[in-house]
Amino acid sequence: MKELTIALVGQPNVGKSMLINAISDARLKVGNFSGVTVEKAEVDFIFKAHEIKIIDLPGTYSLNDYTQDERVTKEFLETQTYDLIINVVDATNLERNLFLTTQLLALDKKMIVALNMMDEAQKEGICVDHDQLSSILGVPCVKVSAVTKRGIGKLFNRAVDMFHFPYEKSKLIYSEVVEEEIAKLSFFLKQKRYQSTLSYRDVSLKLLEEDPKMYRAMHDEPIWVEFMPLLKESLSHLYLHYDTKDVSEIFAQERASFARGAVRETVSYEKNYLGNMTDRVDRVLIHRVFGIPIFIFLMWGLFQLTFELGSVPVEYIDAFFVSLGAYAKTIFGDGELGSLIADGMISGVGAVVMFLPNIVILFLGIALLETTGYMARVAFLLDGFFHRFGLHGKSFIPLVTGFGCSVPAYMSARTLKNDKDRLMTLFIIGFMSCGAKLPVYVLFTGAFFSKEHAGNILFLIYIAGALIGLLSAKFLKVFVFKGVDEPFVMEMPKYRLPSLKLIWHTVATKAMMYLKKAGTFILGASVLIWFASNYPKYPLLEEQYAKQIALAQVDEQKTSLSNELSSLLLEKSYLGIIGKSTDFFFEPIGFDWKMTVALEAGLAAKEVIVSTLGVLYALGSDVDETNEGLVHALQKQIPTASAVSFVIFVMFYLPCLAASIVFTKESGSYRYLGYLIVFTTTIAWLLSFIGYRVSLLIL
Amino acid sequence: MITLSQMNPLEKGIIISIDADGELKQRLFSFGLRKGSMIKVKATSIAKSTMEVEVGSTLMALRYSEAERIGVEKA
Repeated sequence: MKELTIALVGQPNVGKSMLINAISDARLKVGNFSGVTVEKAEVDFIFKAHEIKIIDLPGTYSLNDYTQDERVTKEFLETQTYDLIINVVDATNLERNLFLTTQLLALDKKMIVALNMMDEAQKEGICVDHDQLSSILGVPCVKVSAVTKRGIGKLFNRAVDMFHFPYEKSKLIYSEVVEEEIAKLSFFLKQKRYQSTLSYRDVSLKLLEEDPKMYRAMHDEPIWVEFMPLLKESLSHLYLHYDTKDVSEIFAQERASFARGAVRETVSYEKNYLGNMTDRVDRVLIHRVFGIPIFIFLMWGLFQLTFELGSVPVEYIDAFFVSLGAYAKTIFGDGELGSLIADGMISGVGAVVMFLPNIVILFLGIALLETTGYMARVAFLLDGFFHRFGLHGKSFIPLVTGFGCSVPAYMSARTLKNDKDRLMTLFIIGFMSCGAKLPVYVLFTGAFFSKEHAGNILFLIYIAGALIGLLSAKFLKVFVFKGVDEPFVMEMPKYRLPSLKLIWHTVATKAMMYLKKAGTFILGASVLIWFASNYPKYPLLEEQYAKQIALAQVDEQKTSLSNELSSLLLEKSYLGIIGKSTDFFFEPIGFDWKMTVALEAGLAAKEVIVSTLGVLYALGSDVDETNEGLVHALQKQIPTASAVSFVIFVMFYLPCLAASIVFTKESGSYRYLGYLIVFTTTIAWLLSFIGYRVSLLIL
Repeated sequence: MITLSQMNPLEKGIIISIDADGELKQRLFSFGLRKGSMIKVKATSIAKSTMEVEVGSTLMALRYSEAERIGVEKA
């Protein structure tokens, strides 16, 4: 079986990931490009006795070094080994897409152009003569539609054929002005019988493009003395003609006119396509007045849905884990093993899995925002607002992603090119409450507020977090990151209904990651916390209480005594010792040591907060007898003001370990992690203090 | 000549100058925004901080501060 490696390249929003999803029986692997945290998707499948491996490179408008994604793509194409390039282009926006194609042609690799979105082009009355385009570009062009899956087989047929044919140089023809200079220089090289592995045309072209490597090579040649004046003259001709001395601009112009020429010769419009969908939708969604309210309404709806719809299965999942715990105790007994499994593992993991429905709805919402093209509109609407806080409209994307998970949010901040803009965004991403904090909020709002208010309170928590984030951005801009702003130039992609498969895939991956975390990391943390809260043992104390309980006459007295014992044992456990030793720091904001421990455990992962509370408060109350859930335990044992303060602290303190590691990587220095710890802890503590004191006064 | 920032929604023009440095210029280029391109203002945001324009078949957003550097002739 022959192996065939394909690099998939295209501009953003041309449907590359949809194309990958359209390949049947493919194995998808998601990882990172080495050295950087840009996502790298790889697909493996068998086609006509070939093992095909596709590497999906980050979308890029051109092969410049504008953003990190572009750098990754450029570097991959120039330094890695692969057999051929599939350049995915949007057939409805061919001219702009071909600009990148012209740059790819210059790489001298086997290449196929996939004219994607042909179904849409047909609807818009756009006809593309792909044979003509193939002969203009000198590489095969194949019409495909990732949505209807048409042409996919043909595309890979072509790829396999291409793989076996020898490489044929594509012919990118420049304007007469440039071609004339190329001809002049080539002629001279030919006269001198200059020895080179490259064609004379390539040598001349590279010199005109000011390719440093070519200059270095030519510089040591005897021919250079005679050749230099010719080259100088050629360049000055170009400068004169283009009215600029910027060679990269001259060649950009050249490529652009090549792309325009290619489109003029191959694309025809059947009918005048007026009033397309994007136009009509935009008239509403980015309306000067209604645009922002519509956006806020949509976000509010998403959070309501997250809470209302998500809470339906939560009760069942909770009940399931409670009965599973009880069942486990009947098998493993009431002893240490039973307690480890029921109170440690099952209640810890259960507390996290319980919130899977909420997480799935939230991720679904964010995935929809991203894939429909609405995200760019929101950046457009909010840039004016964001700019006032010293942020960039594009900061919105990492910030909103931050509502899902801080890790991809930190990564997506890479779209911000300016270092200061990016750092500022990185610092406040943690204030956008991530999905893992949601369980804490749902638990506390559910426990301390009535059901009708819970959704609104949840919304308020998110909004307040975001607002404080913006204010701290302003603070950072004024006092820390002073300087010029990054230009705001971004594409507004066409509105598209995302394919169900793609959405499903995105959400399922996120949900699996969440469950995986629950099954491994959270499980381990739960066991650790269970151990720390059960050990060391105090047999003397237990005996003493056992005697008292045996002596007690009334049942009530018995329960109160046994509860007293459990909480006393907890206090004396390792966990209690840790919590108590740091208690002084949290006492002014109304935490007991259990809450302190939960918070500290949450530094590992935010889901651990809830699982820790689950273990701590489940052990404190008699789970078997009354079967009361965590919610009731919290209501009983935590004053409302402390609950408010706790929620505020969770909103603002340091993100989880994984996120902190990514933060360090993206910010580029451990120094910044130090700043982040000080920055977030100070804000969290101060705001919790205010929240606690105010709640004490009014409640 | 006026600048792009002086145009109103639904007005069309032809770009005659771009006053930007290397990277921004390359960026605008890759979006198809260059000398001689037709440009149409589609919408502006509420405080006139950003505008949506159409160049060829690409829709893009830019700030007024950037639109000020783009010279156009109304068509």
